[in-house]
Amino acid sequence: MDIIFLLIPIAIILAGCAIWGFFWCVNNGQYDDLESPAHSILFEDDEDLIPDDAKVAESDKND
Amino acid sequence: MTASSTVQEQDDNCYHCGLSVPKGSDYQTIINGKSRSMCCPGCLAVAQTIVDSGLDNYYKHRTDNAQAPEIRSEELSDALLLELSLYDDDSVKQGFVRNTDEGDEATLVIEGITCAACVWLLENHISGIPGVSKANVNLTNHRARITWDSDVTPLSDLLAQIYRIGYQAHPYTPDKEEQLLEQEKKRATRRLGVAGIGMMQTMMLAVALYGGALQGIENQYVTFIRWASMVIATPVVLYSAKPFIVAAFRDIKTRHLTMDVPVSIAIYGAYFASVWATITNSGEVYFDSVTMFSFFLLVGRYLEMIARHRTGRAGNALLNLLPASAVKMIDGNEQLIPANELKTGDVVLIKPGHTIPADGMIISGSSSVDESALTGEYLPIRKECEDKVVGGTINVENPIQIRITEVGNETQLSAIVRLLERAQEEKPQAAQLADKVASYFVAAVLLTACGVGFGWWIVEPAHAFWITLSVLVVTCPCALSLATPTALTAATGTLRQNGLLITRGHVLESLANATHIIFDKTGTLTEGNLSLQEVIPLSSLDQDHCIQIAAALEKHSEHPIARAFHEQSADKSAIDIQAELGQGLQGKIDGTQFRIGKPEYAAKISSTTAPPLPQVSGQWLLLCSESGPLAWFRLNDQIRREAAEAIASLQNLGLKCEMLTGDNSSAVAEVASRLGISDCVSGVSPAEKLEYVNQLQGQGAQIIMVGDGINDIPVLAGAQTSIAMGTATDLAKTNADGVLVQHDLLRLVDGVLLARKTKSVIRQNLGWSLCYNLLALPLAAFGFIAPYMAALGMSASSLVVVGNAMRLNRIPKNKPATKPTNTASTDLNTDSVV
Repeated sequence: MDIIFLLIPIAIILAGCAIWGFFWCVNNGQYDDLESPAHSILFEDDEDLIPDDAKVAESDKND
Repeated sequence: MTASSTVQEQDDNCYHCGLSVPKGSDYQTIINGKSRSMCCPGCLAVAQTIVDSGLDNYYKHRTDNAQAPEIRSEELSDALLLELSLYDDDSVKQGFVRNTDEGDEATLVIEGITCAACVWLLENHISGIPGVSKANVNLTNHRARITWDSDVTPLSDLLAQIYRIGYQAHPYTPDKEEQLLEQEKKRATRRLGVAGIGMMQTMMLAVALYGGALQGIENQYVTFIRWASMVIATPVVLYSAKPFIVAAFRDIKTRHLTMDVPVSIAIYGAYFASVWATITNSGEVYFDSVTMFSFFLLVGRYLEMIARHRTGRAGNALLNLLPASAVKMIDGNEQLIPANELKTGDVVLIKPGHTIPADGMIISGSSSVDESALTGEYLPIRKECEDKVVGGTINVENPIQIRITEVGNETQLSAIVRLLERAQEEKPQAAQLADKVASYFVAAVLLTACGVGFGWWIVEPAHAFWITLSVLVVTCPCALSLATPTALTAATGTLRQNGLLITRGHVLESLANATHIIFDKTGTLTEGNLSLQEVIPLSSLDQDHCIQIAAALEKHSEHPIARAFHEQSADKSAIDIQAELGQGLQGKIDGTQFRIGKPEYAAKISSTTAPPLPQVSGQWLLLCSESGPLAWFRLNDQIRREAAEAIASLQNLGLKCEMLTGDNSSAVAEVASRLGISDCVSGVSPAEKLEYVNQLQGQGAQIIMVGDGINDIPVLAGAQTSIAMGTATDLAKTNADGVLVQHDLLRLVDGVLLARKTKSVIRQNLGWSLCYNLLALPLAAFGFIAPYMAALGMSASSLVVVGNAMRLNRIPKNKPATKPTNTASTDLNTDSVV
């Protein structure tokens, strides 16, 4: 059980890293707009990224 | 269901903005492989630009129609381009463009954003402009942050591009208050994050301690886990929970007990006792309860704050009313200058259609001025030489020159804003039920804790401290303090989805307690603009033909009366248009002279006398040709379709409906009688409106004020609850407690119903949490409660409270007996025909 003397401090350090990362996100404005990113994933503006053969399959599926 | 089917695609409505397409017009373009019709050349130009830049996906994804664009054709007008070019001036640019390593950075306020697809469209369109390296549009506060190279593309080009796709962009300079709001939000988010992470970690360690307490655990591990918990809990208590203790000290200083006081006693009492227990290796630790408690409460506060910030677009509210530029006359030459450089005594030329930049006196020319932004009245007021004009109003007919008399804080617009600030200070505070309960609760808990401590000190001094502490932790008012915010947050969210945006915390309580609801007339109960209601042909020429002639003539005017005809398409074109101030228009179509306007003026062209006015009240226009009168047109400000139903439902709910308006024409009585409003006060100034409401409030009335114009702002600020229409000016919206987003008055009925339900849920929640505390208190007082039981009981009672609040996610049905839906829908139809 002595392993907890090592594991718990590691857990605390990791939590500290998580808080640092969270502060960075907040200060960087990542949480300013919580609405539009949820929608932006639905916009199909990635046509040029889809390989040509996959495109055909996609249009078949729609029809 | 795909996103595309969410916007109604009716053939007779404009594909871009959703307004009806005038008969016979032909503005078509091909979007996503189908030919679509538009209502006007402006929409066509915008749609064409969107399609040409390959962004036609916008139409697939949008969930709401676009706003009708301000531009009228593909090429932006010279005046607009000239005005935009002012922003290239270095002294103007300084205010809002920052130089960073990646290039220039500016924040713009964008008007006309209706849904997430707008954000996508703007981001993609702006990113496609040469020189732009980053474009980020925020859907919540309608701001765009753009990083670009101003050597490649000047700022004016960027703004013009945004206009071309149908939005309006203004540079944004945050004022102090708004920067504070932004900081407050970031701080609250950080606090919440720390509390969340800390809570999870301490909880994990607490499970080990509880398990150990049941199964047996070596003392060295207990000590170590306690120290670890303390390390994690410390930032939560000292950083995340700081707002509670700050507020508690403030409340104690003002001798006013609120929920913050028992909350702080519980958090800090339990924390410091646990620290002491850890250091001395004795007693019990409550780190898990403390962190969980802080987290739950912070979540409640955070949601409340988000709702409050939602309309935080106050920054440029005043600025948007005043124009950015003005034409100054220097030695007879016109020069375009930024409006904030105007000084008293300057002479300014104001062209028709332009906004007057500051208060002044007319020194040459005469025109009529649209003061609707200030007074809410849509008909322009005639102004002669030496008459005073007010900044923020719009010159309608002829060019005028004015000498500036007041600028900045001295202007009438600023005076109204000051009136507003005073009204806000004097606003009666809605007493919050939770705070009332809190003050009794806090006294009771402290007295009981003292009594218990004293009792145990006599019986068994060794246990006295720990049992007193467990009394404090068990009675820690977690459920009690969550009771109100969770219910308010759930109800606010529900109302927001239904089109009523609540921006202040007290609104739901004061909506439920309201006794009176007072409406403004123009723009609130009515649509706020003139529309063509009726045509009576007087000769053999049929109705359609008469409308065609009238539309062709009125096309050349921006007068509010003329605008009523703009939605009619004009196949004919009129030449030699002459406008007679306050009388009407004259023009030549296919070789025949026509006049439209006041009966006497129009009849003169045929040298006959005007026929007698029809009996129905309204604004009557006569159309005459050289050979005689052709037709009467009746224009009127239309009552909102749902107004009658909304008022009837509100009266059924026991609210007294009244009307308070600056208008004193015969229309007031007509609107009142058609809507079934018995009390109305007409012809009052903004100050008198406020006085009237204050007087009613003095008699004990709880008032909901619904309004839209700048003139309503003081009274909106003075009433217990104020609701602004979605079409209202920004200044009115940011100062109201709620906004009817889709300007649908029926949502008010939902609001009142849900507010009443919220009130009863809050009562149940308070009752339940008090019950829990009363039950737990004797057990703790006799020393039966272990720390894990305290934590368990607290979470369970909090969950019950939260679950109960979730019931507010649905709007209660209006009693069917009082509102027969069939008749209501037929009423709608008849109203819309009128």
